[in-house]
Amino acid sequence: MDVQIHRGNVLQNTATMAYRNLLKTIHNPDQLMDVVIQPVLFMLMFGYLFGGAIAGGVKAYLPTIVPGILIQTMLSAASGSGAQIREDLDSGVFDRFKSLPMARIAPLAGQLFADSLRLLIAAITSLTTGYLMGWRPGVGLGWVVAIGLLAIFMGWVLSWVFALLGLLAKSAAAVQSVSLMTMLVLSFMSNAFVPMKALTKPLQFIARLNPVTYVITAIRQILATGSWTHEAWVVLVFGLVIVAIFAPLTVWAYDRN
Amino acid sequence: MTTQNAIEVSHLIKKFGEKVAVNDISFKVRQGEVFGLLGPNGAGKTTTLRMITTLLKADSGQVKIFGHDAAKEGRLARSMFGLTGQYASVDEDLSARQNLMIFSRLNGLSRQAAKERTTELLTEFSLDNSADKPLKAFSGGMRRRLDLAVSLITRPALIFLDEPTTGLDPRTRSQMWDTIRKLVDQGSTIILTTQYLDEADQLADNLAIIDHGQVVKMGTPAELKEQLGGPRVTFTLSQTSQVAAAERLLATQVAGDVQEEGPDLSVSLGQVAQLATLLATLNDAQIGISHLAVQEPSLDDVFMSLTVGKN
Repeated sequence: MDVQIHRGNVLQNTATMAYRNLLKTIHNPDQLMDVVIQPVLFMLMFGYLFGGAIAGGVKAYLPTIVPGILIQTMLSAASGSGAQIREDLDSGVFDRFKSLPMARIAPLAGQLFADSLRLLIAAITSLTTGYLMGWRPGVGLGWVVAIGLLAIFMGWVLSWVFALLGLLAKSAAAVQSVSLMTMLVLSFMSNAFVPMKALTKPLQFIARLNPVTYVITAIRQILATGSWTHEAWVVLVFGLVIVAIFAPLTVWAYDRN
Repeated sequence: MTTQNAIEVSHLIKKFGEKVAVNDISFKVRQGEVFGLLGPNGAGKTTTLRMITTLLKADSGQVKIFGHDAAKEGRLARSMFGLTGQYASVDEDLSARQNLMIFSRLNGLSRQAAKERTTELLTEFSLDNSADKPLKAFSGGMRRRLDLAVSLITRPALIFLDEPTTGLDPRTRSQMWDTIRKLVDQGSTIILTTQYLDEADQLADNLAIIDHGQVVKMGTPAELKEQLGGPRVTFTLSQTSQVAAAERLLATQVAGDVQEEGPDLSVSLGQVAQLATLLATLNDAQIGISHLAVQEPSLDDVFMSLTVGKN
């Protein structure tokens, strides 16, 4: 008597792994604390601390800082994926995944798709906090959803990069500290919190090299013009290119582990 | 069915930096047998198992699973065996049912088939009552049972068990042995690693004793024990003054050495029947015996004689 086996395909394997990771999150809701608390905390702190100094008032600063905090939160949520993968790898269960006749990319892709939930919650919290503080984008709700999705897309793209980091690092703690530094540098060395004009020349140079700057610029433009700009397309295309490069690299690192 | 071997391992080598963890190991496992890899901690058992199950890449050598090269046809090879790792490889955050469902789906079962198989296995491994509790509340034995259940989802013909009873209490341990025997009765081929000699003795049809990454001995438990000679008999003499005389007499009767320790003299017998002659000889010489013990050599003796002093 044999069990009927259907050759699992990549999509189905990935869906199952995503389901597994969602279940894990549901069983441990405290893992969502960071994506809920951090954006609220940062939005309040940065808004009330720097609002007056940079823009002459909290309300005037909000159009600058809401996209900034949104992207910073995405960065930080994405960096969590790397540490999570490392932790999973160190537990026995990954041996089992590897010994199963399933697609090699499924455990990674499943994790990263499930982490989109974290990104979604982070985006909603960031934007809602902004709204409660008085942020009123002039474009319709549709465009706000669009920039939310663009931010989530960017977070998802970066989670592949952080996943690779997680696979190459020696321990979950190492991933966390490297991720934190990367997150801080990327978000502060950009136009996220301070207008480009206000930066010194060398800082401007760095900020212009920083991909985060482009995403934030794209989001601000959409919010200002109510249209899908050229910059937004650039972010989308570059995002796909990054995934196309990093997904195979990540699978390679996973196989090597 | 042909008499194809379930596994053929030839000249496996694995180095970790300077350290040679597995040094040219070869063996064959016939279909339907229980093959034991026995050895002390750090002997290379788990490394060998990880290479056979494609979890670890060998530096050189070849593994064939039912005739398929495991390195070249990894996915096919993986579809033919179930693996139960040393530490429980199940998801701690999920329930037993969720674990079984997810692993069933990952093994390629349809949703309906996965559901049925999950229910079946929960019953088979007496996990019905705790099926929906988080695994954190599970005892070590329950976790192992679930772990084994997960390995058996596809009813693989070949099952790898890496130290299946390490850390279990005696009762759970014998339950695990029963489960393993049942699998054998159903026709499964089993490869298990263990550091417990009685476990190997109880379960294995064939054994490879591994030490320092090499197979130091291979054979059935009986054969291995036979190499140490037959049963050993120890006479305790009533009078110490007669030890020298008794020793001389015994030496003429048996092939091996006579070992002396105080009033105790022990010799190795070819067969148990030889004991009668020895007793008669001692009786004729009027040498009194106060105590007599016959001991079958255990795998422990084999193991000690092969590995002691080297570790």
